Amino acid sequence: MATEHVVDQVEEMALNTVDDGPWSGGESPMKASYGKLMMWYFLLSDAFTFAGFLIAYGSLRFAMPSWPVPDFVFQSFPFLSGHYPLLFVTFMTFVLIVSSVTMVRSVQEGHRENKNGAAYWLLLTILGGATFLGCQAFEWYTLIVKENMTLTVDPFGTHTTEGILLDHDGKETEAIKVGETYLLHKAGGHGHGDDHGSEAHPMPTTPGDYPGFVIDEGGFILPKYKVTQEGHPDKGEIKTLEYGPKAFGALFFFITGFHGFHVFSGLVILVIILINVMSGLYVERKNGYEMVEKVGLYWHFVDLVWVFVFLVFYLL
Amino acid sequence: MGTGLTYEQGKRAAWRGFFLLLVVTLVEVVLALVGKGIIIEGFTINIWILRVLMIVVSLYKAYYIVKEFMHMGYEVRSLALSVLLPTLLLVWAVIAFLMEGNYWNNSRNYIKDQNNAKVGYIEMDYKHPIKNAEEIPNEIQFLG
Repeated sequence: MATEHVVDQVEEMALNTVDDGPWSGGESPMKASYGKLMMWYFLLSDAFTFAGFLIAYGSLRFAMPSWPVPDFVFQSFPFLSGHYPLLFVTFMTFVLIVSSVTMVRSVQEGHRENKNGAAYWLLLTILGGATFLGCQAFEWYTLIVKENMTLTVDPFGTHTTEGILLDHDGKETEAIKVGETYLLHKAGGHGHGDDHGSEAHPMPTTPGDYPGFVIDEGGFILPKYKVTQEGHPDKGEIKTLEYGPKAFGALFFFITGFHGFHVFSGLVILVIILINVMSGLYVERKNGYEMVEKVGLYWHFVDLVWVFVFLVFYLL
Repeated sequence: MGTGLTYEQGKRAAWRGFFLLLVVTLVEVVLALVGKGIIIEGFTINIWILRVLMIVVSLYKAYYIVKEFMHMGYEVRSLALSVLLPTLLLVWAVIAFLMEGNYWNNSRNYIKDQNNAKVGYIEMDYKHPIKNAEEIPNEIQFLG
């Protein structure tokens, strides 16, 4: 009898304490559903992944004596042949901001249980995301096909020593501006990263040492220059321009590629949610289209990451 | 999730956010181009002032997106803190890795300087290798 009594008492105490307070079950102390909470924690972990990539970029950039200047590297614009530094990537940012705002509108219409409104703004969001991916495809195409950048070859070098460039015949021409970025061209080929020379001086296509330049095994033309910097150990010597930091291509393609992959997977999820919205699935749930809100969080996160990718790759 | 805003207010807030982010982005780009002397010939802004400005402006954009677009400003405090506080760890990660990168650069430059000094190098005597630490020269010079 006595033990039974004690058990009763313990049970009663346990019940009293468990039922007390918001963390004892049956309540949501964070006033958010499980799905939404876990979306936030997933985004937190994803933020750390992106931070790891961007910190690697910063660390390698600090480790190099020079780094390609973004205003020079990113200056192509579709259908235009001139130089428009940062213009195209600004347009890409604009597209992503617009798609973020249409996402906000979709979530708002969802909260009002407005099926057509939510679907309409979701569709616009999908169009924005697809436009962004298309822009990124153009950017990658320009860098890979026209300018011959790969994961391990960075043709965007930057002048670090004062000197005088030599022309094709080996005569001294213009002075080098330290800190200016140049693009190494390829002999032959078709893009604007390729060089045929002029009619009077056709560019040779075989590797070798020529009066004003060297063509290396990879077909890149490395122009020669005379070092004129005071106090430089090689002052007076003829040297060839060097490639840019090897890691640049890998960092660019991996970071913008990882972001682009997020945009792509976001698009796939948005399409699935759009089909669900239009099928009337969320009408029955009567929770203010919470799935739209959750995918909205992911989509805004993609925009958020772009703020930082834009900062480190294009602005700094 | 309640934002405390009516539907019409919410709609206006969304478009206000759009114009704000657009203007701030344009300011950043113009700042980058003017600061590096691309728009006005011969006019530049000190690169470190420029960098700090752009980082601050970008952080403001991130703050706005998280607070308004992702509604973090209207969530319960414990939810917001549990997501935001861990990101503070990144502050030290950024500082530490940039310092490390800078160290690599300095080390490489140091070795280059030593090489360029062309002062000679240690002749290794393979027949009579160094047998104890006392025999190692105090100053190692790099191959010229």
